[in-house]
Amino acid sequence: MSATTQSPTASDSRTATPPSRAARLLGDRRLPVAVTALLFLLMYGGGLARYQYYGFGEPQVFLNLFIDNGYLLVAAVGVTFVILSGGIDLSVGSMIGFTTMFTAWLVERQGLPLLVVVPMALAVGAFGGFLMGYVIHNFEIQPFIVTLAGLFLFRGLCLVISKESISIGDSTVSSLAQAQASLGAGFLSIGAIVSLVVLAVAFYVLHYTRFGRRVYAIGGNENSAMLMGLPQGGTKIAVYTVSGFCSALAGLLFTLYIQSGDPLHATGMELDAIAAVVIGGTLLTGGSGYVLGTLFGVLVLGLIKSIIQFEGTLSSWWTKIATGVLLCAFILVQRFMTTRKKT
Amino acid sequence: MTTSTTTSSRWRALTRHHLFWPVAVLVLLLLVNVPFTPDFFSVRMADGHLYGSLVSIVLFGSPLILVAVGMTLVIATGGIDLSVGAVVAITGALACSYISDQHDQGALSGVLLAMGLGLVAAVVCGLWNGFLVARMGIQPIIATLIIMVAGRGVAQLITDGQIITINSEPYKLIGGGYWLTLPFSIFVVAAVVAVTVALTRRTALGLLVEAVGGNAEASRLVGIRSRRIKIMVYMFCALCAGIAGLMISSNTSAADGNNAGLWIELDAILAVVIGGTSLLGGRFSIGGTVVGALVIQTLTTTIYTIGVPTQTNLVFKAAVVIVVCLLQSPKFRAKVFGAKFAARFAAKGGAKPAAPAADPAAATEAAPKMEVS
Repeated sequence: MSATTQSPTASDSRTATPPSRAARLLGDRRLPVAVTALLFLLMYGGGLARYQYYGFGEPQVFLNLFIDNGYLLVAAVGVTFVILSGGIDLSVGSMIGFTTMFTAWLVERQGLPLLVVVPMALAVGAFGGFLMGYVIHNFEIQPFIVTLAGLFLFRGLCLVISKESISIGDSTVSSLAQAQASLGAGFLSIGAIVSLVVLAVAFYVLHYTRFGRRVYAIGGNENSAMLMGLPQGGTKIAVYTVSGFCSALAGLLFTLYIQSGDPLHATGMELDAIAAVVIGGTLLTGGSGYVLGTLFGVLVLGLIKSIIQFEGTLSSWWTKIATGVLLCAFILVQRFMTTRKKT
Repeated sequence: MTTSTTTSSRWRALTRHHLFWPVAVLVLLLLVNVPFTPDFFSVRMADGHLYGSLVSIVLFGSPLILVAVGMTLVIATGGIDLSVGAVVAITGALACSYISDQHDQGALSGVLLAMGLGLVAAVVCGLWNGFLVARMGIQPIIATLIIMVAGRGVAQLITDGQIITINSEPYKLIGGGYWLTLPFSIFVVAAVVAVTVALTRRTALGLLVEAVGGNAEASRLVGIRSRRIKIMVYMFCALCAGIAGLMISSNTSAADGNNAGLWIELDAILAVVIGGTSLLGGRFSIGGTVVGALVIQTLTTTIYTIGVPTQTNLVFKAAVVIVVCLLQSPKFRAKVFGAKFAARFAAKGGAKPAAPAADPAAATEAAPKMEVS
């Protein structure tokens, strides 16, 4: 009873002393996403200014960001769910590698049609995620360790299937890989379109469904969520299942992109995905962030790669250094904004 | 009647010792080898050196032991250090590229300087990690992710993307040489472990580290300089990783920015967990970690000697992680062995440090997450 009478007064007092515009802006949770989007535009503008005569301004260069990073976007969307719920998933890269191997093996060595293989791969991924979520929730073991075991397990299973890479010569796969959706000025590949669809679905699920609110709630404060009567166990398991499913889908897109299975594919990609989520402004403590930020995080990472390609003289290790520096910058910006919010 | 109770209580005391399960697993793994290689436990003398499976397990396991010992202290403060693999690569790259620039690669002074250079770089990495964690208040897993991502790039930058090979006798000693019939790296590991144990168990330092891991805010209010301890711990961990980096690059006489120490951070964390240190922080066991690292190395060696295809190595490792973690989980023990068994474990102060930490930790962890809007 008292809570219902008190809440209007609380909101009254809040409206009575409106915070300054700057404070409101800094307190806005959308700010990190806006900062990342701004950074992306600045980098893109910088690229335009520097490589204008090398064709950087072509629309296709922009669309290639989606084509070349579609699989990373899908994986990062899955990781966003996990991180929003306050967990972490280290098994993503291994799961992608395993899916490429699994698909290539079934299609090439076993001669199964792709139509049968795709649902199988997705089911395996989702089941792997479900198992990890089950162990994390039911036995209260830290997500870090459980998904680390998942990392070892799936990478090991890759190598059990075959030590060598399997290239895919299947006609369905190659025709799918070469399919292009014309967009007037440029084109998108199937992988890019699938990744955008996944992003749209994730956006809807996280912001407009009950499940999405539960993810935010248990990420914000698991104990409160539990006391409120939210089914936190089911939600937690579902979140890892979503991540496993997204990883498997990312693995399929990666297979399409690279048309082979290799036991070392996507090594360390879980870190790229986590970096994209962090750069996108999602707090690693959970409960705060937007899946659209993840899109910008992936685009920023992709843009670093394209700029290094256009630069030509820079070597691949600059990608790693630039990613690290950016990651650092974003973490510090996030940190300053969260501390300011508290005071 | 009385004898049976004393033996059973003695047995219970033994099984409750925190090193019992890690050592049991280690012994079991060692015994598994005997049917496959009957002379597994024999150590023979050749060219004035000791050879044998046991010696090589310690020799090849020494970088992992070093990294894991450093990692133990970081985990004890409630943190985690993902950057150790990159630090291994950076240290090796710096030391090797310095030595390769020398006219006389065998000169002792040059080698010492190169090692010093590498170790200083490692400590600086640790300082950076500690600064981010303790001063900026960033989650350890993310703070150390930065060097994990960028560090390998830096190592490749130092070696110019090449694998630098060197030919230096004094440098070779650290990772591949022998001294007093034993591999030299064993002495290095022994020295580091001894110093760590002395510092943490003979002085109050270990207690302070555990206090910071238990509750950093409370320990700060009590008057412990928890930030300084955290920074020191990350620097120590990086130093250990640096020594391991020297060892790995010296063993192969080459620096490979891309592959040196790849996945060692995960193996080290695994070793710490097998050794019975809870990832939640608050207490640690250096002895357990050493045993844990030996378990991992023995597992690898066993997989080789049994003739199981080496690629299944990772699957075995995953199985071990899962089994160890499940055994440490109070909830799992309650479900499988029955609530009574688990309660007895918990009531008697259980062998597994994870037991008492489960619930209070959930509560304390939730506190800083609360949004103040």
